[in-house]
Amino acid sequence: MAPIDWSPLWISLETSVTATLVTLVAGLAAAAWRERRTGPAAALVDGIFLLPLVLPPTVVGFLLLLLFGRHGPLGKLLLRLGATVVFSWPATVIAAAVVSFPLMYLTARAALEQVDSRFFEAARTLGASEWRVFSAIALPLAWPGVLAGTILSFARALGEFGATLMLAGNIPGKTATIPIAIYFAVEADDVQRAVAWCLIDVVISLALLAGLYYWTRTRWVRR
Amino acid sequence: MALEVQVAKKLPEFTLDVSFTAGEAPLGILGPSGAGKTMLLRCIAGLERPDRGRIALDGRVLLDTERRIHVPARDRRVGMLFQNYALFPHRTVAENVGFGLRHLPRQERADRVEALSARTHISGLEGRYPRELSGGEQQRAALARALAIEPEALLLDEPLSALDTHLRSQVEAQLQETFAAYRKPALLVTHNIEEAYRLGERLLVLSRGHVAASGAKEEIFRHPPSLEVARLTGCKNFSRARAISETMVEALDWGCRLRVAQALTKPAAHIGIRAHHIDFIESRGAGGADENVIPCWLVRSSETPFRITLYLRLNRPPGESGEQPSHVDLQAEVFKEKWERFREHPLPWHVRLSPDALFLLPE
Repeated sequence: MAPIDWSPLWISLETSVTATLVTLVAGLAAAAWRERRTGPAAALVDGIFLLPLVLPPTVVGFLLLLLFGRHGPLGKLLLRLGATVVFSWPATVIAAAVVSFPLMYLTARAALEQVDSRFFEAARTLGASEWRVFSAIALPLAWPGVLAGTILSFARALGEFGATLMLAGNIPGKTATIPIAIYFAVEADDVQRAVAWCLIDVVISLALLAGLYYWTRTRWVRR
Repeated sequence: MALEVQVAKKLPEFTLDVSFTAGEAPLGILGPSGAGKTMLLRCIAGLERPDRGRIALDGRVLLDTERRIHVPARDRRVGMLFQNYALFPHRTVAENVGFGLRHLPRQERADRVEALSARTHISGLEGRYPRELSGGEQQRAALARALAIEPEALLLDEPLSALDTHLRSQVEAQLQETFAAYRKPALLVTHNIEEAYRLGERLLVLSRGHVAASGAKEEIFRHPPSLEVARLTGCKNFSRARAISETMVEALDWGCRLRVAQALTKPAAHIGIRAHHIDFIESRGAGGADENVIPCWLVRSSETPFRITLYLRLNRPPGESGEQPSHVDLQAEVFKEKWERFREHPLPWHVRLSPDALFLLPE
C-alpha cells in the first residue's frame, strides 16, 4: 500500500485557521460598523454580507473566479502586482473566508446587540475613544457569542468544497483540502481513501461541536 | 462655575424645549416619568444630539447647533451617573473607578482610585465585581467612577430609585455629602418630590418637555406658579376661585369664602392647599378665630404606618343633594396621634384652611 499523503489534512487546517482569523476580524469590524447604522443602505449591505450563506457555494466560487480571474477587476490588479490568486493556496483561504463570513457576522452582531448600550455610553462619558469602547467594553462582554461564531466559522471553513473547487481547483499538496480529496478519491474509485478522510473529517467536526457545547454550558456567567 | 443649557429636541410624544442655568447649588430636576428628564441629561452628556440648542460649561461650548459644534461625550468632562449605574460587569470595582484614568501612570491611578474609594465609602471593595456589591455599594462605586475624571459637571439620573427603601436615607446622606464637597454644577433628576426637595437646593420642574417652574425650592413649594406645578409638587387640593376683595376669595368648588395672606395681584383662577397643611379644629371656638373654618364629613380614609389620609366632603354630608356619595372635596394628611384624638368626635368635624397655607394660582 502506498504511503498515505497527509497533505489534505494540513492544507485543510491551515486554510481553515487562516480563513477563520480573516473572518473573525472582518466579521467583527462589519458587525461593529453595522451596529451604529440604520436605514435602507445598511439593510442592503446586510443583504450583501449574507449572500454567501444563501447562494450555492458553486455560485459563490464562480463569482469569485470572475472577480479574481485573469480578466476580473481584482485579478487584473493583482496581476499587475505580479500575483495570481486563482488555483493557488490563497484561493482556498479566500473561498473559505467568504463562505464562512456570514456566520461570523451574524453571531458577532447578535452578541454585540445583546450588550446593554448603557455600558458603551458610560465608557464614552468617561473619556473612552470609540476603539476603546469596542475593545475594552463591547468585545469582552460579547466574547462568549463571538467565540461561538468563531467555532461555527471554523467548522464551515473546514467543510468548504464548492467555492474552493471553483477558485482553487484540485492541486494535490497545494489546494487539495480534505473535502476535495474525498471527492476525487470517490471519483477515482478509491473508496478506502475516501472513507478514511471522511472519518477524519467527522472526528474533527465532532471535537469542535463538543468543544462548543462544553463552552456554552460551562462558561462562567459574568453578569 | 456655571452650566448654561438651552436645548430643543423633537421626541415622539412632545418636544423637549428647555433652557436653564445651573450654578454651584445642586439643581433638582423634578417631573413625572416621561417628562423628558433623562433625555435632557443625555443631551448635556453628549449621548443625544438635540435638534437645536447651545450648551456651555464655564464658557466652554459643548454644543452649538448654529455653529455646528457638537463636542463628543468623551471630550465633555461631564460625569454621569446612570439610573442602574451601568458598572462594567467584567471589571472589578477598582477597574471601574479607574476606567477614566487610563492616561495616568499606574501608581498615580492606583492612588486616585484609593482616594476616591475612601471618599465614597467603598474602601475594601476594590477587588470585587459589581454583581458582588449591594445596590448602595454599586451606586457609590458608580459615583466614584464618575467623579474620577474630575468632571466639570455632574449628572445624576434617578440615583436612588434602584435602591431598597431602607437603604435610601443612608445613600442619600452620602449624596448630600458629595454635593457639599463638589461645588460645581450638579443636576439630579428624580420623579420623587421629597428626594428632589432634600437633595436639590434649586429646582427645575419639568412637564412634557417644558420648564413648568424653576427657582429656589422653598419658593416653588410655597407659591407654585401654576396649577400644573402645584400638582407636580404633590399638592392634592384645588378649587376654582373668584376674588371678592383684596384678601378674600370665594372657593367655588369648596363652596366657601376664604381669607388669603397672599395679596392678589393677578386674577386667581384656582386656590390650593397641601394635604398636610389642613388643620383639624378639635374644640370649636378655641383660640377665637372661626375664620376659614369649614364643617366637613369623612368620606373614606387610607392609612400608612404613621399617618392617615382623610378624604373629606365639605359643608354637607356625602351623597346629599344628588351627588356621588364618593365625591371628595379635600384630602388631608395627619399624624395618627392627632387623628386618635378626634376620630371619635361626632361629624361634622371642622377644618381650618390657614391663610398662610393657601396659595392662589393664576390662569
